[in-house]
Amino acid sequence: MARLIFIEPDGTQRSIEAVNGHTVMETAVKNGIKGILGDCGGTCSCSTCHCYVAAEWIDRLPAKDDDEADLLEFAWEPRETSRLACQITVADELDGLVLRIPEQQLP
Amino acid sequence: MTERFVIVGGGQSGAQAAASLRESGFAGAVTMICAEPELPYQRPPLSKKFLLGEISAERIELRPASYYRNLDVEVRTGTGARRIERETKRLHLTNGDSLPYDKLLLATGSRPRVLSVPGADLAGVHYLRTKADAERLRAGMTTGQHLVVLGGGYIGLEIAAAGIALGLRVMVLEAAPRVLGRVTGTLIAEHFTALHRRRGVEIRCCATVEGLEGTRRVSTVRCDGEALPADLVVAGIGVAACDTLAREAGLPCDDGIIVDSKCRTADPAIFAAGDCTSHPNSLAGRRLRLECVHNAVEQAKCAAANMMGGHSDHDIAPWFWSDQYETKWQSVGLSAGHDATVLRGNPVDERFALFYLTKGVLTAVDAVNSPRDFMACRRLIPQRPAMNAQRLGDTSIPLLEVA
Repeated sequence: MARLIFIEPDGTQRSIEAVNGHTVMETAVKNGIKGILGDCGGTCSCSTCHCYVAAEWIDRLPAKDDDEADLLEFAWEPRETSRLACQITVADELDGLVLRIPEQQLP
Repeated sequence: MTERFVIVGGGQSGAQAAASLRESGFAGAVTMICAEPELPYQRPPLSKKFLLGEISAERIELRPASYYRNLDVEVRTGTGARRIERETKRLHLTNGDSLPYDKLLLATGSRPRVLSVPGADLAGVHYLRTKADAERLRAGMTTGQHLVVLGGGYIGLEIAAAGIALGLRVMVLEAAPRVLGRVTGTLIAEHFTALHRRRGVEIRCCATVEGLEGTRRVSTVRCDGEALPADLVVAGIGVAACDTLAREAGLPCDDGIIVDSKCRTADPAIFAAGDCTSHPNSLAGRRLRLECVHNAVEQAKCAAANMMGGHSDHDIAPWFWSDQYETKWQSVGLSAGHDATVLRGNPVDERFALFYLTKGVLTAVDAVNSPRDFMACRRLIPQRPAMNAQRLGDTSIPLLEVA
C-alpha cells in the first residue's frame, strides 16, 4: 500500500490509497482523478497519462525506458520531471509520491 | 422535472459518455444499460494480457462501482435493451422493465461474425468479444494442443501469439491471399507473417474452410480437402454493428447506425457512438464504421456534449494498436486509397514506420516498435500535410520537420 498525492489541473489535491502492483495511471483513472486519461489502457501507446513528478521523487522512481521517453517528447509541455503514469508501478517505497497533472494531455 | 439521459451499452463508449456528461456538469439523471453482467471494462486486453492470464479481471475494469456511485450514474448490469418506443420516448429492457428518456445514446458496439460452415456449433469453437468469451477460451488453452485460428486479422493474430506463449500448436487459416488485408498493406502483412512463422505459427492464406468435424467437440478442421487436427478453434472473421435495436426503431442503418458528425441519428432525441455507428470521416472522404477504442471514446465525448445542447463535431484520424509477442504495432489514419508508400527505417531492425500517401498527402502510418513516429503522426495526419517522399524516408530528418 502507498498513499499517492495527486494535484489536479485546477489545484485540487487528492490523497489516494493505491494498491501495490497496479500502475499510477490505473489508480488515477479508477479514482476519478481529473486530467489523466489513459486511453490505451496502459500499454505505453498514447501519452495521455502524462504527469509531473515532484522533483524530490524523480530519482527515486525506476528510470523511464526509450519508448516512454519517446512518447513524452510529444506530450503537452514535457519537462525534466515528466513521466507516463502507466509506466510507474505502485509499491510501498512510493508512499507519499506527489504527482501534478498537466492542464491538458496532448497538444 | 429532472432530465433523464439513458445510455444503452456498457462498453468503452458508454462508460466514457457517462463520465463526460458528469464532467461537463450534466445535473439530470444518467442511467447506463449494460447487457453483460459486469461493469464496463477494456476489451483490447482480452486478446492480449488478459488472455495470457497476466492481468486480472479487476484490472481491466474501466472504473470501479464507487466511481459511478460518486458520479450518481445508475448502472444496470445484466440486462440489454429490447425496444425503443420513440413516440413516447420509452426504452424497454430485456428483463421486462422500461424507463423513460429525454435523450438516448446508443453505444451498443459490435459483435463477432459467426461461422456459417458445417460444424460451427461444436463445442471447442470460440469467438472473442467479451470477458466471458476470453475466460472460456483461456480455460480451453492447454499446452501442446492444436489451436486453429480462423481469420488472420488483428484479433486472430493476437490470439495466435497468445497461443504460442501458452505452448499450443497454432495454425492460422486466412481466406484472403494475405493476412491483415483489411487493415494494412503488403509490407506490414509480410512482416507479421514472418514474425509469426518464426515463432512457430503455421499460416495458410487463400484457405477455404469447408467445415468443422468432431463428435460433440471439434477435433478436425476440414480445409482445402485436408483434415487438420484441432482441439480448439477460434473464429476472428470480423464484426458486425449491433444495430438491431436502432433498425427495429426505424432509424436508418447501413452497416451501422447512421449518424452525422454530431453523433445524431435521424431522431433528435437519439444519439449513437462507437463501433455501432456509420459516420462521416473526412480523411476517408466517406462514411465508415470504425472498430477502435479511440473512436469509441471520442464519439462518446462528442455525443455527450451534443446531448447537453453543445455543437461538437467528430472527425478523427483514428489510431489503433496491437501487441504481438514483444512487437508493438501502432497505426494512425486510414490507408485505403493510398497511391504511394514510404518506408522509414529498416524492417530487419524490428523498428520502422511505413507511411501511406494519397496524392502526396500523408494519410496513414503503420509504426512497428516506433512510438516516436506514431506520436509524430498523431499530430501530423489530422493536418493533412503534403510530404516529400524522399525526406520522409530520411531518418536523419526529424519527422515533424519533413513537411
